[in-house]
Amino acid sequence: MPTAVRTESDARLSGFREVQRLAYECAEAVAAQLKPGVTERETARMQREWLRERGVRDWFHLPFAWFGDRTAFVNFRIPLQFFPTNRRLEAGMPFILDMAPVYKGFTADIGYSGCLGLNPVHDRLLADLEAHRELILREVRERRPLREIYEDVDRLMVRQGYANRHRAYPFGVIAHKVDQVKERRWSPNVFGFGTQSLKGLASDALHGHRDGWSPLWSPYKFSDHPPRPGLWAVEPHLGFRGTGAKFEEILVVTDSKDPEQSAFWLDDDLPHVRRWAEEKAA
Amino acid sequence: MSVGEPTGNGMAGARERWVRTGGIELCVAELGDVEQPTVVLVHGYPDSKEVWSEVAVRLAERFHVVLYDVRGHGRSTAPAPLRGGFTLEKLTDDFLAVVDAVSPDRPVHLVGHDWGSVQAWEFATVKRTEGKIASFTSMSGPSLDHFGHWIKTRMTRPTPRRVGQLLGQGAKSWYVYMLHTPVLPELAWRGPLGKRWPKILERVEKVPSGDYPTSSLPQDAAHGAWLYRDNVRARLRRPRADAYAHVPVQLITPTGDAFLSERLYDELELWAPQLVRHTLPAKHWVPRTRPDRLAAWITEFITANEDGVAAQDAVATGPYADRFGGQLVLVTGAASGIGRATAFAFAEAGARIVAVDRDAEGAARTADMSRLIGAPQAWAETVDVSDEQAMEKLAEKVAAEYGIVDVLVNNAGIGLSGSFFDTTSEDWKKVLDVNLWGVIHGCRIFGKQMADRGQGGHIVNTASAAAYQPSKALPAYSTTKAAVLMLSECLRAELAGQGIGVSAICPGFVNTNITSTARFAGVDETEEKRRQKKSARLYGLRNYPPEKVATAILRAVVKNQAVVPVTPEARGAHLMSRFTPRTLRAIARLEPPL
Repeated sequence: MPTAVRTESDARLSGFREVQRLAYECAEAVAAQLKPGVTERETARMQREWLRERGVRDWFHLPFAWFGDRTAFVNFRIPLQFFPTNRRLEAGMPFILDMAPVYKGFTADIGYSGCLGLNPVHDRLLADLEAHRELILREVRERRPLREIYEDVDRLMVRQGYANRHRAYPFGVIAHKVDQVKERRWSPNVFGFGTQSLKGLASDALHGHRDGWSPLWSPYKFSDHPPRPGLWAVEPHLGFRGTGAKFEEILVVTDSKDPEQSAFWLDDDLPHVRRWAEEKAA
Repeated sequence: MSVGEPTGNGMAGARERWVRTGGIELCVAELGDVEQPTVVLVHGYPDSKEVWSEVAVRLAERFHVVLYDVRGHGRSTAPAPLRGGFTLEKLTDDFLAVVDAVSPDRPVHLVGHDWGSVQAWEFATVKRTEGKIASFTSMSGPSLDHFGHWIKTRMTRPTPRRVGQLLGQGAKSWYVYMLHTPVLPELAWRGPLGKRWPKILERVEKVPSGDYPTSSLPQDAAHGAWLYRDNVRARLRRPRADAYAHVPVQLITPTGDAFLSERLYDELELWAPQLVRHTLPAKHWVPRTRPDRLAAWITEFITANEDGVAAQDAVATGPYADRFGGQLVLVTGAASGIGRATAFAFAEAGARIVAVDRDAEGAARTADMSRLIGAPQAWAETVDVSDEQAMEKLAEKVAAEYGIVDVLVNNAGIGLSGSFFDTTSEDWKKVLDVNLWGVIHGCRIFGKQMADRGQGGHIVNTASAAAYQPSKALPAYSTTKAAVLMLSECLRAELAGQGIGVSAICPGFVNTNITSTARFAGVDETEEKRRQKKSARLYGLRNYPPEKVATAILRAVVKNQAVVPVTPEARGAHLMSRFTPRTLRAIARLEPPL
């Protein structure tokens, strides 16, 4: 019986891993095509089309693209400002591609930071994100309340000299739960978010509200609970004077007693992880 | 034209020679190694080449420095007749003769002040000097052609703002009208005005007394009146349409210039596409009052143009980069919060940063990141500001290795909360040591260096809204901050005459880690931890970023503001402290929500 459970959950995880890889492939393919003068809207469309061609029909949210100081959400007041604009990419500008495709019923939510040409500040931000990835995993394994982990991430950012920019996301979340969704023939979007996924999130929020947890990992009281088993899309976002950088990937949390198995990153073969390994090797 | 043999008297260490051109003998002085790039310094009115003496000796360490007395000034001879002998064409002949004598093979770097700059604009914009000039640094002297066009655009389309600009400059140019009257200026200069001029310069323009002005002043000033009479009316009436600079130009604008409006240079990019701008809080005679800064900017600009690297490719892009580029800024408490944000803001403006903190790692990180965003150099120093000897040592080291501090930000501070009777004398000592004595040491030691140098500067002290908002929860902290505020005000009064500004910044509730390190008197350790956490959360909810305080600090330095409340609540409390102090007293009785 345990083996059967294992296989079933393994199949489930590999489904998520497949879509996450697909999304990162998309990000790398689109990033490779970016040239000076391309706009955020065009970039978002490129991501959408790339994924549609490969069978993506539904979204947790539609692809976003942020260029220049929009990567650090400078002067963002209302959520509508997250949507891609006609801002053009220039040499040396940082950019972030953020997309959340649903593929065969599995959801991924990824963030990819890059820059066009040389930008030492951006390089430093990306390198400093590694400490956050380690910190989050360590503290989730220690079963610390999510709110405290959030504050520890915040403190690390401040120590590094950065501003917390995931605070700008709706509810200031550093992460949110993702799950499987039903594949429907018609899958409409509301303000860029897929209705199927929103439905899942809303039902999680409802159940969580009854049981004292939340599918949103925020700095607020409703996140003052130990990590809840499931898949969390974690997105620490650093900002430094008009330059922003983030990664976003899925953290698997289980109810296993073994610390190694209680939480782990879904996939360790991702562009930002490879980049850190290369930097260490060099 | 012929060149005389170099002789050896005049300015200290200068080699002197005579250059003959068009019936005039020009007195030329040279300093430094002739193998190095040549810098030609052109003086203004009513001056002689000695106006440059301070700048010249500084530049001579790196360059071959050439100065000459403009015709009719100093020891150069005057044309006869005077009328028509001072046209810009003839002055250009003189310049070319000097360049041919001192640097026949290599183009020279040109620096002009006042009328020297007016002439130099002519040199830098006419065809026949092409290939002879490598760069041009202009201060307090616009091109007459650009000036003519500036007036024309404002006359033809007079919007209220443009009329204001015209009237403003028109009023500042009163002396130009005077100089156009016949005979009287000559009489005045040779009579009482010439005698009193050194005192006037010292009192009004804050020019330090010494070997300047020279004894030739009455003669220089009388002859120099013809510079105006021969050129101003002609050029302003019919400005050249092709006065485009064919060399990279650096513009240094003194913000306190009584004779020239900053607005004159608004459209200068049209005429000089490769323009680098700097502003300097000083009066008209910057070569006398700010030689260090001028020498640094001139050196930087020449080096950039010798190496073929365009100077404006510098990384510093932040606001006020024209003002703080290359200046030395020391920030205490720079490992976190407002101090770190301030260091970053200055770094973005191109300043050189000394980040001082007890926390070595944090200070190093600040210095490190400062270099990434535009600081040409940045250093971290681990010092406790309350330790007088350590501060003395730091000051010696900074002066010896990095230079004299231009902007000092005394920002280090710690929090202490708790009722008066819970606050032990130990607690008092600790908070006074850092918050007040730290500032006193900083002002005393670094401020002294600044004052001794005599070339201006600025001191910023971080006080707090608690300096005027009493509170029963913060008696000790508020006392230290009120002291800092008053210290700043008194020091401001004392240093005003020396061109050193002092500002007190009163931030208010700013989201920094002061809450997590604050001491809460009269409670046990767990309760202290809980309160630190709670207050950190409250400050986090308020979420006023330290970057905005840093912006306010830079603005305070640029505008030389005395007291700057930053957050809306700090500004509100500041207003109330003046008009409704009773309300503040009522607020002071409230229990903080911890």
